[in-house]
Amino acid sequence: MAHFSVFSLVRNALNYHKDWPRQWRSPEPKSHYDVIIVGGGAHGLATAYYLATECGITNVAVLERAWIGGGNSGRNTTIVRSNYLWDESAALYDHSVKLWEGLSQELNYNVMFSQRGLLHLAHSVHDMQEIGRRGSAIHLNGIDSEFVTPEKVKEMVPFINLNCRYPVMGALLQRRGGTALHDAVVWGYARGADAAGVDIIQNCEVTGFKIEDNTVVGVETSRGDIMANKVGVVAAGHSSVMAEMAGFRMPLESFPLQALVSEPLKPLVDNVIMSNGVHAYISQSDKGELVIGASSDAYTSYSQRGGFNVIEDTLQAICELYPVFKRVKMMRQWAGIVDVTVDRSPIITKTPVNNLYFNCGWGTGGFKATPGSGNVFAHSIARGEMHPVAEPFSMFRFHSGALIDEGAAAAVAH
Amino acid sequence: MSQYRLKQGGRIDRNKSVSFVFNGKRYQGCEGDTLASALLANGVHLVSRSFKYHRPRGIMGHGWEDPNAQIQLEKGAFTTPNVFATIQELYNGLEAESQNCWPSVEKDIGAINSMLSRFYVAGFYYKTFKWPRAAWETLYEKVIRRAAGMGKVPELPDPHRYEHMHAYCDLAIVGAGPAGIAAALTAAKSGKRIMLIEDAPELGGSLLGEPGTIDGAPSDQWLASAKAELDAAENVTVLTRTQVAGYYDYNYLVASERVTHHLSPNTPSKAPRERLWKIRAERVVLATGAIERPMVFADNDRPGIMMASSVMAYINHYGVCPGQKIVVFTNNDSAYRAAAAMQDAGASVVVVDVRAEVDEALKAKFEVHCGAGITGVDYSVKNGIRSVDVHAISADGSTIEGPGSTIECDLVAQSAGWQPTVHLHTQARGKLNWDADRLCFVPNGTHVVNPNTSVGAANGTFGLADVMAEGAAAAKSLLAELSVDVEAVVPSAAENHAFGSIRELWIVPTTHPVGEGKKKHFHEYQNDATAADVWLAKREGFESVEHLKRYTNTGRGTDQGKLSNVNGLAIMAGARGLTVPEVGFTTFRPPYTPLTFGAVMGQTNDDTFTPARQTAMHQCHVERGAVFEDVGDWKRPWYFPKHGESMHDAVQRECLAVRQSVGVLDASTLGKIDIKGKDARKFLNMLYTNNWSKLGEGRCRYGLMVNEHGMVFDDGVTTCIGEDHFHMTTTTGGAARVMTWIEEWLQTEWPDWEVYATSVTEQWSVLSINGPKSRELLAELTDIDLSSEAFPFMSMREGNVCGVPARVYRISFTGELTYEVNVPARYGRYVWEQVFKAGEKYDIVPYGTEAMHVLRAEKGFIIAGQDTDGTMTPMDLGMDWIVGKKEDAIGRRSWSRSDTSRAGRKQLVGLLTQDPNVVLPEGTHAVSRVLPAPPMDMIGHVTSSYMSPNCGRSIAMGLIKDGLNRMGQTIDFVLMDGTSVPAKIVKPIFFDEAGERGRD
Amino acid sequence: MFVIECPWCGKRDQSEFITHGEAHIARPTNGHEMTDAEWGDYVFFRDNPKGITRERWIHTHGCARWFNVMRHTVTEEIFATYKPTDPKPELPEGSE
Repeated sequence: MAHFSVFSLVRNALNYHKDWPRQWRSPEPKSHYDVIIVGGGAHGLATAYYLATECGITNVAVLERAWIGGGNSGRNTTIVRSNYLWDESAALYDHSVKLWEGLSQELNYNVMFSQRGLLHLAHSVHDMQEIGRRGSAIHLNGIDSEFVTPEKVKEMVPFINLNCRYPVMGALLQRRGGTALHDAVVWGYARGADAAGVDIIQNCEVTGFKIEDNTVVGVETSRGDIMANKVGVVAAGHSSVMAEMAGFRMPLESFPLQALVSEPLKPLVDNVIMSNGVHAYISQSDKGELVIGASSDAYTSYSQRGGFNVIEDTLQAICELYPVFKRVKMMRQWAGIVDVTVDRSPIITKTPVNNLYFNCGWGTGGFKATPGSGNVFAHSIARGEMHPVAEPFSMFRFHSGALIDEGAAAAVAH
Repeated sequence: MSQYRLKQGGRIDRNKSVSFVFNGKRYQGCEGDTLASALLANGVHLVSRSFKYHRPRGIMGHGWEDPNAQIQLEKGAFTTPNVFATIQELYNGLEAESQNCWPSVEKDIGAINSMLSRFYVAGFYYKTFKWPRAAWETLYEKVIRRAAGMGKVPELPDPHRYEHMHAYCDLAIVGAGPAGIAAALTAAKSGKRIMLIEDAPELGGSLLGEPGTIDGAPSDQWLASAKAELDAAENVTVLTRTQVAGYYDYNYLVASERVTHHLSPNTPSKAPRERLWKIRAERVVLATGAIERPMVFADNDRPGIMMASSVMAYINHYGVCPGQKIVVFTNNDSAYRAAAAMQDAGASVVVVDVRAEVDEALKAKFEVHCGAGITGVDYSVKNGIRSVDVHAISADGSTIEGPGSTIECDLVAQSAGWQPTVHLHTQARGKLNWDADRLCFVPNGTHVVNPNTSVGAANGTFGLADVMAEGAAAAKSLLAELSVDVEAVVPSAAENHAFGSIRELWIVPTTHPVGEGKKKHFHEYQNDATAADVWLAKREGFESVEHLKRYTNTGRGTDQGKLSNVNGLAIMAGARGLTVPEVGFTTFRPPYTPLTFGAVMGQTNDDTFTPARQTAMHQCHVERGAVFEDVGDWKRPWYFPKHGESMHDAVQRECLAVRQSVGVLDASTLGKIDIKGKDARKFLNMLYTNNWSKLGEGRCRYGLMVNEHGMVFDDGVTTCIGEDHFHMTTTTGGAARVMTWIEEWLQTEWPDWEVYATSVTEQWSVLSINGPKSRELLAELTDIDLSSEAFPFMSMREGNVCGVPARVYRISFTGELTYEVNVPARYGRYVWEQVFKAGEKYDIVPYGTEAMHVLRAEKGFIIAGQDTDGTMTPMDLGMDWIVGKKEDAIGRRSWSRSDTSRAGRKQLVGLLTQDPNVVLPEGTHAVSRVLPAPPMDMIGHVTSSYMSPNCGRSIAMGLIKDGLNRMGQTIDFVLMDGTSVPAKIVKPIFFDEAGERGRD
Repeated sequence: MFVIECPWCGKRDQSEFITHGEAHIARPTNGHEMTDAEWGDYVFFRDNPKGITRERWIHTHGCARWFNVMRHTVTEEIFATYKPTDPKPELPEGSE
């Protein structure tokens, strides 16, 4: 692996960049791996990376149906935060934020993690109670959290319309929240995993599991059978499809989730600003595009398309809260497939099949958890016992009733 | 008039001079110009700086494909970023500026990036700016952000308005070029609803840039008569200045009409700035034309290098010939028609054709360098293009041969073939085929949910006669699918140019290996990506077209790669040794051209964002000075401050008045559902946790609703009105949810049960009259016997109140003697005022939701959604009494799950701070042990917390782990500032524990 | 955005409707005899198929009636809409 630095950049520039090697190899699949990760998104690649670098398991393959990072990893709005209500969530997401904080250096890849501060607006008495509770919980979990007044919000976001239909009554600020560049995260983990010995195999679709005595022993793929001691599935929107192949169901539904960007504009939005009350989520990329997340379309779909009505609702909310954007134009919109649980918390779990692990259910918020998710999943697979942070996120909580209900408690609109 | 404006020709009006300002300098254009044509008429090519290297850039195209000519239009409130100069029609007084340059487009400091371009290649950011760690955010990113972006967001509110239009049609024809018009003329005869939608200000499409002869007349004449015919047809709607930008499933087209863009923003107008059309079409004809593709050659981005068809369009449409000595650079036949137009316009033309062999007839009129390519461009900001270098190109296209020559020129017009505009086709889930003869992607079939047909150039058909025949035939066959038979009307065109030949040469070599010298081969202009960047992407493993797009930013600018996409992926195909179709195609995403946020917003703004629901008594509250809060969509009085009174003081006063005398709450917003039918009781037994089998007529009962997870989600009082007839109330915010819940169970699970549920929320105005004087007061106004014997607590009586028929419920959310007077909604205001008139002698007060919250908390009554959070069972709320002994009810089974039935869950308790003057902030958490700093182990939180004037101290409720077993214990709450507040766990009831006042 | 044919009102725009997911999940009447796992399976676990699904929709901004839709979750093609009391329609020919 070529080390990336100013010096290597200068050296390569002198040779017209002809000596840069591949950032990850394109190997033929081996017949057997210690661990196969199904799904070459950021979570899957991170899992492989930590398996190889922290768990000492380097005989690992990541199998990707198409091209790495092509699913939700490349389709999200790149927000990073850990301002969750429940202890279990806080532990998981803050584990992630801590890993984010050193990730560019660890991966030797600039993932452009930028802790530009994340504001969560409150628009009603109920919202104020909600952020009051969540802010207190976050604070006592040792995570940064501040309440800010509408005046302070106006100072940070001078172009906001505080007196919109649902007036801004206050906000919760997480200064360590921010954004990172989604593609860079995918590529950085891929490069790091590859360097540690992981085979990243693109255009390799898993079509079935080889299961003997209720124990997974390999996968069937579009490029032949590949055997493995353990298999971790990180297939996001397609998790239910994978589960069906393995003979069980998941407590998931897959929905389209749309997002859009504006044309590039001179910098104006310094923070990430989220509003559940008005349904508007906005940040500005380093390229100058306003990055705007929509609510999910409310029907299940695997089509990576959504309805224009959702875009309409989203931009109505944006213009209501930020009227200066009315003359700005939408440049591109797209959709991903999000796998959503009833309690709006992910599933990191053993399954009814031995040695088969699932990491899914991240819904609309998986990007922020990438490092932490990969990290705890890798340790869980390696040990054969769930990492303590991952333990509460078992799929079997839907049997016992021990949900981690971020949806109900926070009234987070998804 | 300048040397570039032709003496004649074009569709502009030379008699109407239009004055405009660009980059501070005043120019003259003509009516009918675009900003771009007017600039070219004034010899202005340099209009912008590129995104990354800040290279000077000029006008290349004449439509939405142009990657460079995007400007900041106007100033102040009207300023608009990233306006396409090639689209913007000129109006008198127009002011525009170049973007992304400082201090000026001629002398741009940012161009220093260009000097660093050797380092600053694709993927550069990922490889550097990592050390020291903090510097990314504190230094590098700040600099990068400042340099990024293009136009500026307005700082003032938008004075314009926007609107939406919904339309339905049988056939939508997108694009009014020759194919689209032919389709429309045919379809017009059908009598079906037809829409013809054109982006340009007038019909004609390619005929405007390249006129022909149709039905024996000049195409201009034919266009005029076609327009007249279509305008006259009542079943045809023709939209111009309207771009179909999105094609969504089930033939849902989103189109944006630029209603007043062509007028000065200061023009007084009642019209909206833009109108968004949402069109549902049974069938769609896509006649969207084709876009000429540029050549990838050395320094091909210089201002003064344009598309050949665009030069022709400027000549024929706008009467502007942007150069006088023109080199036409091509690999195909079509550019020779453009070259002829240039010659006719008086320019000298030399053709450089990469094909070794060119049809003699084509060559006849020009000096043609066959088998040659442009290998360098002599350009300076000051002088523009002065010459190009030309060399012979080897047979395999990889190198140059011979000594080369220099051709003096002031303009290069180029063509590397055509790409059908298949964007909408692919948005509609259509697939593409690669046409290896014509080197372009063409539509391949359509998708079942989006029936449409591509015609004309959009379908890879280029001859004028063929194009029109195809348009007419498509209209006929699509209408046949709708069972309408029409005759195809095929206009006869004199011209029907064959496509001819084309040479596949994706990169034109130069005097140094591509990517290894000063000259750059751009395939993506706006984002500054070159052939060498594509190769670098390949080298580093970014081989998939989607990785290519992301790594090099190909096609990710405001032009969305209309000129760059195919070149980019063809270069990647070459690098990988594959054919173009083997590397595939990136997905075209909506919108085809940028859509204004305001247009998408439409009229849904400010007051119309979401409707604010008001009760019938709303005006009463306004007159009494209420401050309102938003509860769902409702506006509810929050509190009623008297002159100069603070919220705290007002609430305290209201709370005292209710318990001391009488107060009235507008409770109209509570959800109300009328439930009837012989299975109504059975249904209530399933719906609520408690038992409804024995509720007598005229009696009321409180109920909790849980979902199938067993968790409380709503509550309310339901009253038996008569045999099999009930009146249910819900929370204000939960009304719609409960109604949906009820209907879902009834219709999908128990369709054979006879139960009818009707939402009657808006049919009733509700005055909740509370306090010891409420009986006395109401007695003056009603014929109902209010004595406790005749009208006991938890019952309902019908009668008249203030002469209005009413249902009065003796139920209470304050614990006081309470009558909830329900009258038909339209009498609400009258009754309210009558009650207040009569109540004057008791010092009656109106009270708001805040006092209501305090009063119910004094009694320990929960508010669903505040004291519950979707994770609480009735047992968690200490309400075991409400869980009847039933075999089955919704959610009941979930209570016995292992986690739900375990000990130590969070439970609702009362909380009394040690210091009675301290009101715990709601949401504050308690910890098992206070530590000097977080993290600390949390054991629960405060859900409701108030200063209670009736208790003379603060009171609170909270959810505490194992709280019901911890009565009397003191626990610590930790505030955000780190201080802790001790509070005792008590029963959640703080006033009138025996509950005598309400039953009196 | 789909066009959905309400069995009572006819073809209407999708924005008039809301869906609550999978149809034909009969509520068990013997919940008290079921294990936590069986009960949890009923409450939370779904087929979520990539392919043809049958789901409950309500014509909220119309007749407010619930009905079922048979739809392909990739192509979004709607093969049938039918009343809750109607028998399950046959799968379209050629589908799995």
